[in-house]
Amino acid sequence: MTRHIRHAAAFCALLLVALLVNALRIQVVQSGTYDGNPANRRDSIARYAQPRGDILVDGAPVTGSRDTGEQLRYERTYRDGPLYAPVTGFASQVYGTTFLEHTGDDVLSGADPMLSPFPLWNDVTHGRPAGGNVVTTLNRRAQQAAYEGLGGRKGAVAAVEPSTGRVLALVSSPSYDPAVLSGNDAAAERAWVRLNGDPDKPMLNRAARQTYPPGSTFKVVTAAAALDAGVITDLDAATDSPAPYQLPGTTTGLTNEGPGCEDAPLRDAFAWSCNTVFAKLGVDTGLARMTRTAQAFGFNDVAVRIPFAVAPSTFDTSLDQAQLALSSIGQFNTRATPLQMAMVSAAVADGGQVRTPYLVERTTRQGGATVATAGSRPSRQAMLPSTARLMRELMVDVVREGTGTNAAIPGAVVGGKTGTAQHGLGNAGIPYAWFVSWARAERDMEPSVAVAVVVEDGSERRGDITGGGMAAPIARAVMEAVLTS
Amino acid sequence: MTKAGVGAGTGAGTGAGTEAGSGAGTGATGAGTTVAAADAPAPAALLPRRRGVELSLIVLAVLLSVYGYCAVGLAKDGTVPPGAAGYGAGLGVLALLAHLAVRLRAPCADPLLLPIAVLLNGMGLVLIYRLDLETPGDRAAPTQLVWSTLGVALFILVVAALRDHRVLQRYAYVCVVAALALLALPILFPAVNGARIWIRIAGFSIQPGEFAKVLLAVFFAAYLAANRTALAYAGRKIWRFERLQLPTGRVLGPIVTIWLLSVGVLVLERDLGTSLLFFGLFVVMLYVATGRTGWIAVGLLLASLGAVAVGRLEPHVHSRVEDWLHPFATIEAGEGANQLAQSLFSFAAGGMSGTGLGLGHSVLIGFAAKSDFILATAGEELGLVGLSALFLLYGLLVERGYRAGLSLRDPFGRLLATGLASIVALQVFVIAGGVTGLIPLTGMAMPFLAQGGSSVVTNWAIVALLIQVSDSARRPRHTPHDAPRDTPHDAPRDTPNGTPNSTPRHTSHDPLPLPLHDEDPRRPG
Repeated sequence: MTRHIRHAAAFCALLLVALLVNALRIQVVQSGTYDGNPANRRDSIARYAQPRGDILVDGAPVTGSRDTGEQLRYERTYRDGPLYAPVTGFASQVYGTTFLEHTGDDVLSGADPMLSPFPLWNDVTHGRPAGGNVVTTLNRRAQQAAYEGLGGRKGAVAAVEPSTGRVLALVSSPSYDPAVLSGNDAAAERAWVRLNGDPDKPMLNRAARQTYPPGSTFKVVTAAAALDAGVITDLDAATDSPAPYQLPGTTTGLTNEGPGCEDAPLRDAFAWSCNTVFAKLGVDTGLARMTRTAQAFGFNDVAVRIPFAVAPSTFDTSLDQAQLALSSIGQFNTRATPLQMAMVSAAVADGGQVRTPYLVERTTRQGGATVATAGSRPSRQAMLPSTARLMRELMVDVVREGTGTNAAIPGAVVGGKTGTAQHGLGNAGIPYAWFVSWARAERDMEPSVAVAVVVEDGSERRGDITGGGMAAPIARAVMEAVLTS
Repeated sequence: MTKAGVGAGTGAGTGAGTEAGSGAGTGATGAGTTVAAADAPAPAALLPRRRGVELSLIVLAVLLSVYGYCAVGLAKDGTVPPGAAGYGAGLGVLALLAHLAVRLRAPCADPLLLPIAVLLNGMGLVLIYRLDLETPGDRAAPTQLVWSTLGVALFILVVAALRDHRVLQRYAYVCVVAALALLALPILFPAVNGARIWIRIAGFSIQPGEFAKVLLAVFFAAYLAANRTALAYAGRKIWRFERLQLPTGRVLGPIVTIWLLSVGVLVLERDLGTSLLFFGLFVVMLYVATGRTGWIAVGLLLASLGAVAVGRLEPHVHSRVEDWLHPFATIEAGEGANQLAQSLFSFAAGGMSGTGLGLGHSVLIGFAAKSDFILATAGEELGLVGLSALFLLYGLLVERGYRAGLSLRDPFGRLLATGLASIVALQVFVIAGGVTGLIPLTGMAMPFLAQGGSSVVTNWAIVALLIQVSDSARRPRHTPHDAPRDTPHDAPRDTPNGTPNSTPRHTSHDPLPLPLHDEDPRRPG
């Protein structure tokens, strides 16, 4: 019997070895596969187990975290949620993250290995470093001025610093409070359904993710192309442009809003926004040169990130002459985001340089130590510096005595361009009111802000909707906020 | 009652009653040193008692448990839990009482058994308390503490009342009747979670199958000890190479009937883990008793036949097998992770060193996290290191059981020790293999660790029996202390109410060279 008891014992030892080997298999050898399984909730639990890092504007957080005591423990809170929603996006336990919450997620959630001074130490302790902060380039007062200027009307504002590309304001209206999407309760689900079903699309980031026909503000690009190409050499020389202008190859006549555009010199045509002059100018400049300049400004670039993706602005590259004429005054297939038009304005202000826009200045650890900085961004020449000088003159004239007088700021040099873009089938929609501008304090050497404003709908009568009337005051408020801060 | 039980049993079926008491008394009085040299590995007289070692280890086990309890509180709330002192005191007092009982009534018992049981039970309470913190509406730790107290009380009772394990031999048929009754009882009660293995009385749910396994082990040990010669030699040879020799139906019939009955009832109740356990227990004990490898072949054959049949016909089992083969099928179907997948995630999350007590997320497993899947919490929070330590503790417990079996000389004691140790080993393997994806999952309780009153009480009873058996195994055979131990207690019980037939059984066999018989079956007969 002894021998057989020993056999039985050996059998039990075999079972024990099988258990140990299998434990080694699942806990060490294959643990990576199991950890990475999407149905494994541990990653989400770990990510919400600690307060999320903050998004900072002017050194102060516009976000916060609330301890719910639930499994996905910390929920996102927002200060001035609607104001910063187009920048922060939301961070929801259910619906994920968008915008800076999304692109900065590794830092904010503490997953970024750079957050830990000793990365290996966290592997030992199974710890996750505290969430870091994302420091934005936003100017709080400019952001507020833009949001208040829109006053709930549908529209968007984008402001950049011309010499760097820093985004100073990014506002979309109507907006929403991203806090309602935090957490995973029924209220968040109801809010999600409500926001997605809202015909006003409050979650749409109109400043960076929505393109509009830029209308007359695109004449900045056309003028720059014409000047660069030498089609125009003297701003004050009369152009050979009829009014109305018959689109080449068609019987359609293009008209102007006001009189005095026939053969008008570029300075006047720009100040009074003559469609006929610029349509012909675009045709005279030619598709190739127009395309080159538009693309140099950033049109047709599908890879703009600030760091979240910006909707590509478009300038059609295969056009007949009539289409080119319409495209040159910002109609037909030409579309731009407000951010793109702010870049156009900034290029004029910065001697023809287009700086890649960016929204994140740096990321830091919770204590403030810098993890990564924006670094130098690539820039490219959209027009000759001499052309930029002339364009500044033209834009200053618009504000001084043209359609953009509403943007004038005492003690500052302001350049601008109005736009009233038609849209809808057969021009049935309410026009978009545009204004793009830049401003330089008189004591400064260089402009410190470039702005683009678009107002989608006016409650005013249709005839009153103009860029100068509706959009320029908003741009002025934003520029003032930047100049005085 | 004692004689009636045996008498009824022998009369009813076996006709092998003459063998029923064969082992009684051999170890203590009759067996000479010559036998000890051949069979028992070491001269028992020289073994130190080591009660001090046991006490130190118990203190260590209690301290470890209290440490774990505090670690959970510190991890979850940042403070030492308010009940830490009470928990430590409670566990300590229970352990000390158990130790006192061993010291007084089984002074030569193996010093490792009790500390291992205390540590496992203590860790179980810590893990359940830890999981309770995640499920505020469903607290299991207080109930488990009550059951543990009952378990220790039963331990003390068994150690104190059962002066010699051989007494149990006389209750073999009481045991088997009780076991079958307990097994059949839950049929009268509604099914819970697909299995009909619980009965609910006054708010407590009891799993009678847990108690039945000890009773059945006692019966198997007694019956096989009495009939093993007949089982090994008699009957027809049905295999050409004489490897397999079927015993006569008269010998084999009753035990197979009882075994089939118990397994059958369990299948009816859908308690597959326990039926697997009974199956394995029977095969192991039969093998040890007869030394016939053929039994293992038959056992494996029957097991595979049964497994295929049940796996095909029974949807409950079929789904378990499917889960085992494809643990992530529900994820791919978009239904989320099932319990086994969640369990695997838990183990994987623990990695080598674990997340630390209180810092894992094994509660994601769901409703059986405190019972069937409690090992996942250990795996996640203590890591491979802690899990291996737990496995080794169980391994040590089993090994000490087998060692006691090897040191004993009465076949009943040997079989009983082997059987009890095998219960622990098989149960640990079935449940641990199930939750780690090694074998299909069958709902069972990890001994001492898992939530479950019947299980804790039963396991304390198993340890109590092992303590008694090991005490006999390690008791010096020639000291004066030993002599009065057997005779005064056995004799008065036998004579007054025993039948004339039974009296000689317990006395007449001792001079016979039984231990030599013991070695015989391995020779080709």
